[in-house]
Amino acid sequence: MTTAAATTIKARQRPGDRIFSSATVISGSLILAVLAAVAIFLLVESLPAFVAAPDEFSGDITNFWSYVGPLVFGTIYSAILALLMAVPVAIGIALFISHFAPRKLAQGLGYLVDLLAAVPSVVFGLWGIGVLAPLVQPFYTTIVDWFGWFTPFAGPASGTGRTIFTVAIVLAVMVLPIITAICREIFLQTPLLHEEAALALGATRWEMIRMAVLPFGLPGIISASMLGLGRALGETMAVAMVLSPSPEVIFQLLTAQNSNTIAANIALNFPEAHGVGVNILLATGLVLFVVTLLVNMLARVIINSRKAFSGAN
Amino acid sequence: MNFKRFGRPAVIAIAAGLALSSCAANEGAAPAADEASASTLTGTLNGAGASSMDAAQQAWIAGFQTANTGVTINYEPSGSGGGREAFIAGGTDFAGSDSYMSTEELAGTFASCAPDSKAVDLPVYISPIAVIFNVDGVDELNMDADTLAKIFSGAITTWDDAAIVALNPDATLPSDIIHAVHRSDDSGTTKNFTDYLGQAAPDAWAEKASDTFPFPGEGAKGTSGVVDAVTNGTNMIGYADASQAGTLSTAKLKVGTDFVAYTPEAAAEVVAGSPLVADRAADDLALDLNRKTTNPAEYPLVLVSYAIVCNEYADTAQGELVKAYIEYIASAAGQAVAEESAGVAPLTDQLEADVAAVLATVK
Repeated sequence: MTTAAATTIKARQRPGDRIFSSATVISGSLILAVLAAVAIFLLVESLPAFVAAPDEFSGDITNFWSYVGPLVFGTIYSAILALLMAVPVAIGIALFISHFAPRKLAQGLGYLVDLLAAVPSVVFGLWGIGVLAPLVQPFYTTIVDWFGWFTPFAGPASGTGRTIFTVAIVLAVMVLPIITAICREIFLQTPLLHEEAALALGATRWEMIRMAVLPFGLPGIISASMLGLGRALGETMAVAMVLSPSPEVIFQLLTAQNSNTIAANIALNFPEAHGVGVNILLATGLVLFVVTLLVNMLARVIINSRKAFSGAN
Repeated sequence: MNFKRFGRPAVIAIAAGLALSSCAANEGAAPAADEASASTLTGTLNGAGASSMDAAQQAWIAGFQTANTGVTINYEPSGSGGGREAFIAGGTDFAGSDSYMSTEELAGTFASCAPDSKAVDLPVYISPIAVIFNVDGVDELNMDADTLAKIFSGAITTWDDAAIVALNPDATLPSDIIHAVHRSDDSGTTKNFTDYLGQAAPDAWAEKASDTFPFPGEGAKGTSGVVDAVTNGTNMIGYADASQAGTLSTAKLKVGTDFVAYTPEAAAEVVAGSPLVADRAADDLALDLNRKTTNPAEYPLVLVSYAIVCNEYADTAQGELVKAYIEYIASAAGQAVAEESAGVAPLTDQLEADVAAVLATVK
């Protein structure tokens, strides 16, 4: 061993190597530095909000936590509703592209879905108020008439259709391309042997997908959903434009009163905010930061715990 | 092939055309430049404040800069509170604000002003707020403050409520639910609307005036959002700056025994008829808006924005500039420009003269 260590040839350090390795180190640490800078900025700017006088808040709210509570609820509620709508559709599209569609059609369809990701969120907002809300409003009235006994569908129905349910639909369309793109890539990576084995055992195509493709892709589906959730949690402009907000926790999906989301609330109130009002809004930003962090960590835990059962390893 | 040969010059020509034509964008609404040759003013003026008068400020800046080519004026629509803060801290030379300075603010020191001198509020921008509605089969609607307050607070929920029918005996009102739309973002429009309801209908509206709408209801972002919601929905009512109401029907408000539609003249009239706020410096033109007026020539639902300037500037050259600019804003010419581009109600002659008299003492 000692001789081996003594005879190890030391690689000559070329300038290119050194530049490259230090560039990667700098890039790697830069991301940490940026994250730390954002966190410190938010923390420092938020401090006055936690001790703000009751009269700094509008309405009956007297402290920061009762101000931010409904916002956290609205943020998570709308994002989860959006995921409930988007994930099944995204898996369907991804499976169609990867396993059902003829190759030429699949490629075109893939591009088309990716294109959806390139549409700016303000355009989705305009679509939401201009097209979607008036379109779904009559359905809301009908749903409230028929299913009003079920709390989430209780009335009175919104007159404009600008409810949290409409917001969730808009968000679902916005997160669809991310989830679809990742699912598609994962499904394409299913080992061909698994698929052929399943088919050889007499499985139909659907059974093959259930037995070979989906178990293999499950961690990928989860992480794709979490990425989508991250976007839905932070979406600002589309929500601010579409939602008719109210500063309370509201479970009803179809009324004019809806819990606002943190990001949309900042966008709505920042232009006229001053003094401690700015700190309060920044503190809600800090809360959003923490919520997003927790969601991502949760996703990691889920993916890691599932790893053992999938074919990914 | 052909595209390669002609395409590139064509693209360059189009790009150049766009770039060159957009250069003078903020000097578009130029009034007659009769004083252009006489102007010797130079310098840069920074202001910040109410976003409500942003459109008017842009028109005034264009007009003033065309007449005084050596001057650059910037107006940042950062909100009334932010604008006053920046002005007090000395970051800007003047402020635009939807509300006049509080007594605490006046008690402090002003960094841009000469030591021991104070600042004054000058009303320069009057915008009527219209009550807009969209109800099938109803073209005209009469409202009084009490009913309006009950509608927006949720006490009246259907269009055929006895209170609305009593005001509109001839209209065929549906039995549907009223959807009342308010601003979801903080806004001076909301503050003036709630101030009107609180003063004119104290029994039905106990909340104090605030930028944030105090009751639940349908919320929409910005004036355009409210107008959109009322236009696209059914059985809607809302409030918006009158200049943005577009083709929507607007309600008449009960003043005294008459029902008054908003007009620029009626809006200017109520401002002219309002007393100054008591216990302030004689040259401070802060107005105690007479929301409870009974004079049918006045429309009480208006938003007034102030220009806040120093009595005496620490830097006399800056003082000259501010004085010239605000004089232009408050002049008949300036008000006409703003009426055309932003739909404001021009100041009455008397108020114009009052503002000019105060400005004459600014240095």
